[in-house]
Amino acid sequence: MAHDAGYASNTLVTAATSETRLSRVVLTIVALGFVALFLLLPLATVFIEAFRKGAAEFFTALGDPETFSAIRLTLLVAGIAVPLNLVFGVAAAWAIAKFEFKGKAFLTTLIDLPFSVSPVISGLVFVLLFSSHSVLGPILQSYGIQILFAVPGLVLATVFVTFPFVARELIPLMQEQGTADEEAALSLGATGWQTFWHVTLPNIKWGLLYGVLLCNARAMGEFGAVSVVSGHIRGQTNTMPLQVEILYNEYNFVAAFAVAALLALLALVTLVLKTALELRYSDEIAASRRH
Amino acid sequence: MEVRVQNIRKEFGRFPALEDVSLDIRSGELIALLGPSGSGKTTLLRLVAGLESPTEGTIFFGDEDASKKTVQQRNIGFVFQHYALFRHMTVLDNVAFGLKVRPAKRRPSAADIRRRAVDLLELVQLSGLERRYPAQLSGGQRQRVALARAMAVEPNVLLLDEPFGALDAQVRKELRRWLREIHDRTGHTTIFVTHDQEEALELADRVVVMSKGAIEQVGTPDEIYDHPVSPFVYGFIGQSNCLDVTLANGEIWHEDRPIGLRAGNEPDGAATLYFRPHDVELIDGCGGCLAGLVTASRRVAGTRHLELDLGRKHPPVEIELPPERAASTDHTRIAFRPTRWKLFRKGGQKEAPLIEAEAPVLAATGT
Repeated sequence: MAHDAGYASNTLVTAATSETRLSRVVLTIVALGFVALFLLLPLATVFIEAFRKGAAEFFTALGDPETFSAIRLTLLVAGIAVPLNLVFGVAAAWAIAKFEFKGKAFLTTLIDLPFSVSPVISGLVFVLLFSSHSVLGPILQSYGIQILFAVPGLVLATVFVTFPFVARELIPLMQEQGTADEEAALSLGATGWQTFWHVTLPNIKWGLLYGVLLCNARAMGEFGAVSVVSGHIRGQTNTMPLQVEILYNEYNFVAAFAVAALLALLALVTLVLKTALELRYSDEIAASRRH
Repeated sequence: MEVRVQNIRKEFGRFPALEDVSLDIRSGELIALLGPSGSGKTTLLRLVAGLESPTEGTIFFGDEDASKKTVQQRNIGFVFQHYALFRHMTVLDNVAFGLKVRPAKRRPSAADIRRRAVDLLELVQLSGLERRYPAQLSGGQRQRVALARAMAVEPNVLLLDEPFGALDAQVRKELRRWLREIHDRTGHTTIFVTHDQEEALELADRVVVMSKGAIEQVGTPDEIYDHPVSPFVYGFIGQSNCLDVTLANGEIWHEDRPIGLRAGNEPDGAATLYFRPHDVELIDGCGGCLAGLVTASRRVAGTRHLELDLGRKHPPVEIELPPERAASTDHTRIAFRPTRWKLFRKGGQKEAPLIEAEAPVLAATGT
């Protein structure tokens, strides 16, 4: 039945925008070929290299205390940075989309800054701010607070780099939705918090989820900025991407690719999660866009 | 509940949207705010709701000063132009929302809330659609859900912003009659905004005609149509013709001849004559009349519409006659005279003052 329908629509295409069979096939092959060459092949290489000497070697590499601490550190940093940017992103998008204030255009531009600045420079900024030659560094040091070459520095750099993801995702969405729903809720007697919780949040939840997933993927994978502020102290301030580099430079290929594979896996899980949610709630998503 | 708007001024930035507007609305009244876009009607509605706060002036609900209250405290029901239904909630949850968000002390029990929502959906004739989502409803149904949701909180006043604006003509007419019925049954003081004069005249107890941030006239539909107080209202409500005329010796002249209408004791000068297309009579011999060449003639249902060319400078004048009186008048010259008309002094000021009331009296000879 489904085949019949597909066949019928294939042979009966007469719309002006439809292509000939040949050009459709060529276009599809080009697109798929490109994806295979530039996305799938490198990804596959990572996994193949990781398992070159068998699964046992792979798990031994991951069980190494230094590697293990890198995994823990990455999860910790992402676990702090992502919620922070979630809150900030929603607040910024709300401010920009729902009301007028002075400096709005400036804030919008500023949100894009981390995207336009090289991650290395983002890291350097924090070094300049908190190093022992700066103004802030010695003061914090005197209270026993260590920023650089420690977890706080890694978190700061990660927050800075992943700062735009949630806000960028939400601003166009919230602007498109306008303020009528919120006004309706307020006119019915809802408090500001109830309005946010029962009306605004459900309206933006898909965009928010997508933004958080992207933010998380980047937070775990960030290299440049983190590399500058980390100090590369083994077993203490190396995140997973940094650990990959160290292992690779030491010609420890299996271990390097094992960590890389795990990192890639985390990214894949993120994507699969997103797709699964989209499939599961496709009706609801379509409904919320259509209305 | 009666609503009094006193000397309200509202500025957006430096742009004045409303200037010194005052309006008394009686309890249980159905009032239309009518005007072209940019006349400030929606701003006035939002000020009453508390969605905007006035730059100056006060709004009273009954004897209470409502202008210091927030939108939540005012307890109003607002129906938005595009309904603003909560898309992720079912119809039933939408209607129940206003009751569910009440603080525990004033909140009815879950069963009561449900019963109330179901009753309201029955009132708006949507029984059976409780579990649908807004996206699964037609425009007319969404409109009714929005109304039920607004009425669920037992509002002091019901406010509707272009309630039928987004619907097609057929549904509009139906809903209009239906809204009137609901109003008569529930007795809520209701204010609605519209740019559609037919809607305002058919539905409202009183119509508030607005233009450029000010109220032009307040009155019953009949008063507004029969006794417009300004050229704007004359032009905005219904069809009308306006002619540049001159007053001389108590007579009204159009170009170089008197048209057989008296101007009373008004001083000489330029003025504008307004009359409705259907308020004219044909004259045989023209001893003081308006005369023009018929340039177009259309039969619309029970009347014939004639377009007349009165002379070089004038835009065509339209008159309406019973079909039998103007059977085949194409390209003929006909003479006529307005039976009901109004004269406004041509003023350099922004508002031309009225100088003579409408008078269905015929001047001297003729016929």
